[in-house]
Amino acid sequence: MSKQINVALIGNPNTGKTSVFNELTGLKQKVGNYPGITVEKKEGICKLPRGVKAHILDLPGTYSLNTTSLDESVVVELLLNRNNKDFPDVAVVISDVENLKRNLLLFTQIKDLRIPTLLVINMADRMSRKGISMDIPLLEEKLDTKIALVSTRKGTGVEKIKELIADYKNLSSKPNIDTSIIAPDYFERLKKAFPNEDLYKLWLVITQDVNFMPIEKNMLKGFSSFDIKSKSELKKLQHKETVVRYQFINNILKEAYKVDLSAAKGFRAKLDKILTHKVFGYLIFFFILLTIFQAIYDWSSYPTDFIDNLMASAIEWIKNGLPAGVLTNLITEGILAGISGILVFVPQIAFLFLFISLLEETGYMSRVVFLMDRLMRPFGLSGKSVVPLISGTACAIPAVMATRTIENWKERLITILVTPFTTCSARLPVYLIIISLVIPEGRFLGLSYQALTLMLLYLIGFGAAIVSAMILNKILKIKSRSFFVMEMPTYKLPLLKNVVYTVLEKTKSFVYGAGKIILAISIILWFLGSNGISSNFKNAERIVKERIASKGLSDYNKRNIEESLNAYSVALNDSVLQKKYTIGIEAIKDSLEVRKLDLTNKAESQEVAGYKLEHSYIGYAGKAIEPIVRPLGYDWKIGIALITSFAAREVFVGTLATIYSVGSDEQETITSRMAAEVDPTGQRPLFNLASGISLLLFYAFAMQCMSTLAIVKRETNSWKWPIMQLVFMSAFAYIVALIAYQILK
Amino acid sequence: MNITVAHLKKGQKGIIKDFVHDILPIKLLELGCLPGNTVELVQVAPLKDPIYINVNGTHIAIRKSVAIQIELELIDDTQKA
Repeated sequence: MSKQINVALIGNPNTGKTSVFNELTGLKQKVGNYPGITVEKKEGICKLPRGVKAHILDLPGTYSLNTTSLDESVVVELLLNRNNKDFPDVAVVISDVENLKRNLLLFTQIKDLRIPTLLVINMADRMSRKGISMDIPLLEEKLDTKIALVSTRKGTGVEKIKELIADYKNLSSKPNIDTSIIAPDYFERLKKAFPNEDLYKLWLVITQDVNFMPIEKNMLKGFSSFDIKSKSELKKLQHKETVVRYQFINNILKEAYKVDLSAAKGFRAKLDKILTHKVFGYLIFFFILLTIFQAIYDWSSYPTDFIDNLMASAIEWIKNGLPAGVLTNLITEGILAGISGILVFVPQIAFLFLFISLLEETGYMSRVVFLMDRLMRPFGLSGKSVVPLISGTACAIPAVMATRTIENWKERLITILVTPFTTCSARLPVYLIIISLVIPEGRFLGLSYQALTLMLLYLIGFGAAIVSAMILNKILKIKSRSFFVMEMPTYKLPLLKNVVYTVLEKTKSFVYGAGKIILAISIILWFLGSNGISSNFKNAERIVKERIASKGLSDYNKRNIEESLNAYSVALNDSVLQKKYTIGIEAIKDSLEVRKLDLTNKAESQEVAGYKLEHSYIGYAGKAIEPIVRPLGYDWKIGIALITSFAAREVFVGTLATIYSVGSDEQETITSRMAAEVDPTGQRPLFNLASGISLLLFYAFAMQCMSTLAIVKRETNSWKWPIMQLVFMSAFAYIVALIAYQILK
Repeated sequence: MNITVAHLKKGQKGIIKDFVHDILPIKLLELGCLPGNTVELVQVAPLKDPIYINVNGTHIAIRKSVAIQIELELIDDTQKA
């Protein structure tokens, strides 16, 4: 087998680097993280002419090799380390046709590292519209390289890139510029101290940390003995280097690159005027947010429900098809239920990333940052944090994933940490049921108390997010770019291929990345909920049946059966009277008997299930934490629900349904059952104003969602942040709920 | 008082003067904020910050705090009239 060529794609942001990558690799790409850090690593395989294969690495976008961020230092560290397994045999610098000048700055730096480098000039389709003409052979000669003129939009020139890569051995690896002219004495001394090293490489190593964080310089032995200049002197030299490079580039472009200015301008200026307008700009952004919100909240509910139902019937089908037993239960209630819990998020994630990639592709996202930067700055957030924070109102999982667009690590981390405070849709069932139980029905200024409470809860969520962002901004000591320079790219029509790839890739990364953790926790919760060691658990069926035999069903179930039988007999009699059926009285009695047996059996199995849950591991855990949740006004049953709803908040309702043996999570049924529950003193309802408010506040603040933890783990690449989030949010929720209950009780 | 990029009005242009080398972020130079290049103020964000400029064909947004460090020679368009 022939050797694979290592290719690195390098370029400024917004040059269509990703489009070129997609064209070269198709779907044969893999996205991961660089070890230990959160920078995305995209790689793929490309088939070249003459049976050669290339391993393509899409490096993060950078304007130069002077690092100012983690993303950029990934690029530099790879290019400086010839022992890295990904070290490129050939570097492909990608430029767009309009900003050739500043892309060449990066090009000359890479060339000076003596790496064979070829130049791709993308977006060739814009040349005529922008009045640009180029002398490619002259450029090739002056830059000492090969050039491919490409339009990923039109699909032209990609074959040329492949040919040039395959032919990389004929590329020159001579440097463009002699950097030592910026400080001849200094470079002379450098040369003497390290006679075996390349001078420009040395220079890059020395200046690596001038703008960014310190890096290890152990690749240079005896470095400490060398007299290092002060940071400020080095920075001056870096500036000088930039000027020298631009002189070199300007001299070339004067001859080889012409722009007819009269052809340019127009469209962009007009759009900018509207989109960044102080009124219309915000209105348009608000409208777009509203659409995104509508999509993840409403439109995605159709595919979500479909997946939910499909999985439910699949579980039912498998349960009936397999012999009853532990294994079947593990498959259906543990594994399949877990998978279903992962898949239901897919529509929301897909929708959100559809919109986000459209916003990014068109260049609108930069305008959003421009509009929002001043507003978000005091909170340590980025202008781009707005999209995650708003979409967090639907679900925190896609929202946390959406923070990938925030370049600044500190701003991104803060956004990730505070997003789970916003009121996601999984809190809604919990809120609705408790509000209907404890908040009186009156009205205030025409608004019902219940609606006001719900709105207040949303506001509290946002408030908590903003306040904790401010606090985190103060306490997090992360060195990151202290300045803000952002390119405002030209507006472009989005490329369908890029949008589709983004959506696919994000969905995949959720299903495989966070899915594993969700599945594992869901299996653990299933195990703990359906197993127990006590004899009570093992003999649950017998114990409950004996109790029913001696005392009958629980009062609630008795009444419930009676009511539904009455309703049924009324309905039967009605239809007989209306001559829908002609059946005798005996037959009516029979069918009532059958119905009664059916209901009784159902009630019995519900009571068994409730009893089992009570005596399972989770049940004991619920009882064990009762002393802890007692001061919040909860009993052990709510304790159990708190534990199980760690899987997802909405499980709270289902768990209470099981414990109360209601056997239905229809809201009305369970609400009436919950309303009947009295607290241990027997004096008042368990769900009273004090305990209700305390529960609402607990759910508003607590990190009750394993999927969010899983995705935070994935996005921050460590367990440190999700665990801190869990501990901090739970503690905060506990304290607030405690205060609320103690004051109100 | 020295005129800086922060003092430009919308649509106004200026030429960047020589500046002390180490005060500006290197990124600005890489994007073309070099002495002798023309700067045009394109837009100002609704809360007066950040500002959106065109340097030498590159469109970038910068904060006021940075803009105030880039000194300019104004190009006076009014004289033509």
